[in-house]
This record gives sequence, structure tokens and C-alpha cells, in this order.
Amino acid sequence: MSDEVYSRVVEIIAEQAMVEPDAVTPETTLDDLGLDSLALVEVVFGIEEAFDISVPYNANEPAESDFDIENVGKIVEGVKKLIAEKA
Amino acid sequence: MGSAAGGRRVVVTGLGVVSALGVGREAHLEGLAEGRNGIGPIELIDPSRLMIKIAGEAKGYIGTERWGRQELLLYDRITQMALTATAEAVEQSGIDFKADGLGEQTAVIIATAMGGLHTQDENYRIVYEEQKNRVHPFIIPRLMANAPVSQVSMAHGLMGPSWSVATACASSNHAIGQAFHLVRSGAADAAVTGGTESVLCFGGIKAWEGLRVMSKDGCRPFSKNRNGMVLGEGAAILILEELEAAKARGAVILGEIAGAGASADAADIVAPAVEGAAGAMRGALKDAGMAADEVGYINAHGTATALNDRTEAAAIKSVLGVAAEKVMVSSTKSMHGHAIGAAGALEAAACLLALDRGVVAPTINRDEEDPEIGLDVVPNTAREIPVDAALSNAFAFGGLNAVLAFRAFRD
Repeated sequence: MSDEVYSRVVEIIAEQAMVEPDAVTPETTLDDLGLDSLALVEVVFGIEEAFDISVPYNANEPAESDFDIENVGKIVEGVKKLIAEKA
Repeated sequence: MGSAAGGRRVVVTGLGVVSALGVGREAHLEGLAEGRNGIGPIELIDPSRLMIKIAGEAKGYIGTERWGRQELLLYDRITQMALTATAEAVEQSGIDFKADGLGEQTAVIIATAMGGLHTQDENYRIVYEEQKNRVHPFIIPRLMANAPVSQVSMAHGLMGPSWSVATACASSNHAIGQAFHLVRSGAADAAVTGGTESVLCFGGIKAWEGLRVMSKDGCRPFSKNRNGMVLGEGAAILILEELEAAKARGAVILGEIAGAGASADAADIVAPAVEGAAGAMRGALKDAGMAADEVGYINAHGTATALNDRTEAAAIKSVLGVAAEKVMVSSTKSMHGHAIGAAGALEAAACLLALDRGVVAPTINRDEEDPEIGLDVVPNTAREIPVDAALSNAFAFGGLNAVLAFRAFRD
């Protein structure tokens, strides 16, 4: 189950970065993938649509949002937490 | 004191406003001078499905209380507000468009970035949600972006060059700049110009929410704890006249438009660029024949996004050099919100307040100084101090920039 969330998030991020999902690991950062703040907004939107959750992300203060975007692993962790809160 | 680019001098003789600070010029100007917060909970529409629940609504402006049934069929909220602001501006100026065929030589250049969004929103709802197959016959003439221009032209018999201008957040400054150039060059003898906008309908706010640049709790330009923009709405209209004609009829002159500059970043569809912003400011100064150290006040674009405020501060320092250390810079969006296509016109009113009445509107909600800004942002309280020259900045999404240069009127 948890792997499904991981795979889906990676798929969304990879599509946005125009790379193969294999090129993304939990340690990969958005910077590594060349994703800027506008691309990140699209990633967040993709995640929200995929899991029917609301991600607390404000492009003005990414560091202070209640959503860790340090790397792909952290993003997946955050998404799992939001899914659990919804259930 | 002639302008660098030559031609006639252009003065402002009338001002009309509808904003979150109130309906009418004096309500708006008093609000600015008091540092009043016009931003609050969204009440004019149902906010329950919105994530962003605050805005600078013009709460005092209820269309159904001001217009009859036939008028409402043709006037979107932006047209209603533009007509109200125009009537007030015309009345203050005392201009007679019927005298000597002046109406035939008067331009109407009014900005709106999004057009009649309330009309679009409501009618999409009717066809998609209610599954109706027919809409009212006047939807197109009601929603088209030039409707405010056309209705103002019709209401006042104005037959000079007329069009609407759409450059997102810079629309009003582009419009006022074009109107100024038309009058200065002699292509028109007078102009009715400014901007009108309301994106505060459900679909409009939803679209802005999508960008993730909006604050949920307040507009705090230049403050270290700023976290995004807050939408506003409204209209402001200026009457521009050629100086000699205005003097000949004994008009009261509120200020002079001395120059206008514009530029494109050619960089990013949403992120601003220092060079583009600086280019428009330099263009306005050059067009006005104004030296950097003459500028006493800058009405900032100041959206309270992390990126704009930092970029704008850098642009101001780059253009003004050492003069940036003493210039007063304020963002009145902190009070009336970001009125998008009407923003520059609402902010031209703040420039006239400084030049005509010697009151510099503050940046309210400036809780915490941001060392990255490093400018006198007139925090929280207005200042009574004479100002001889002012700039008004507007930097749009899409990297289109427009800056106006004003002077206090000294004969």
C-alpha cells in the first residue's frame, strides 16, 4: 500500500520533470530535477488530485508550509500523513 | 519644467474611486490617509468552498441598489463601478464635454485585466451546472473587456480614440500611460482613463487560489512575515486634460502626469525580474525629464509575495541609487488589496493624495522589518509631508511592466 503511494508520487514528479520514474529516488531533491516553484505548484496540484487531499503549501514560504519538500522521500511521507488524516 | 519628450503638459482634473476603502474619492483617500484596513472576510459571495476566505471587497458597492433592471442586464460589476467612478471624476473636474466639440476629441482608455468575470462565471454555472441550454442574449456585450470603455463613452458622449487595455496587474498603468501620451501628443484633447476590475466571484478566486501565492490571513507588503497577496476589487478613473485648456476654464488641478515608461521582462510567465522592473522605472523618469533624486514618493507594486517585494526593492535601488536611501515607498495594497487590472488606478489616487494634499499613505501591517528590503516603506502610519514628484510602479504576471511619473502641479 505504502509503495503504491510512493510510486504514484514519483510518477507525478517524474512526469513534471520529464524524466523516467527510475531516475527518481527518495533522496532526490526537486532542485536535482530542475523543478522550480511553478513546477512545484503543479506537482502539488497533481498530488491533490491523485489522492483527493489538500496539501498545505504556499509558494511564498515553502520552508514554512506544513509540508516538507526537502526531497521526494519527505514529500511521500507528508502525503501519507495527509491520507491518514483524511481516513 | 517642460517634459523631456516634448509636447503639451497633461494634468489631472478629476478623480473618482470605488474600492475596499469605500465608495467615492474621499472615502478612498481618507482610508489611505488613516491607514485603514479594507481587507476582511469575504461576504459578497458564499466563501464556504474557498480556501482563501479574505479579500478587499468593495462591500459598500451593491449593484442592485444603484442600477435598474435594464442597466443590470448590460453592466457587469466592472462596468457598474467604472461608470460610478467616471461620474464622480467628471463632476469633480467640472469638464463640459459638450463645449466646443470636446467630447469628439476625448479618449476613453480604461483597463481591465480579466473583463466581465462575474458575468462569465455566472453563465458558465448556468450552462454547466444547471444544464441550461440558453443564456440571456446580452451576455457577450456584458462580459466583453471593452464594455466599460464603451458604456463610459456612450454615457458621456466621448468619441475620441478609445479602447481597453489588458496587461494583468499592470493594466491600469499601461492605460493611464497611453491616455497621457494621447493628450500630450495632441491625438486627443482630454481623456477619461483608469481601470476597473473584480475577480471576486467563485471561479475567479478559485483560479487565483490555484497559483498558491495568496495569503490566508492578511496582506503585509515588505514585512518579513509576509506570506502572499490578497485580492481586491474596484475602479478608479482620472480625467486628463491639456494644461492650457484646463487653466483656461479655471479647472482645479490635482496633479500633473509627467511621464510613462513600459518594458517587458522577456523571462518568466510569473516570476518578476529586476531588470524589467528597473527598465520601466527608468523609462518613466526619462519620459518625464525627471531626475532620480527628485522622486519623493514611490507607490510600490508591493504585492506582499516573497518574490515581488524583494525584486521591486532591488529595482528601486538600482534606478535611484543613493536617492533610494531617502525616498518614501509604500504599498497601499496592504489596505485595498490587489485589484489586478484596477490596481494602478487605485494607486494613482494615492500618488495624487501625496502630491495634492501632502499626505503619504502608509504600508500597513508592516509588522517586522525585512533587511532584504532596506527601504523607507512608511510603516503603518501616514506622513504629512510635501511631495513634489512621485512614481507609481506596476509589474504584471507575464513580465509586462508599466510605471507612471507624476508631479505636483506648480504653475
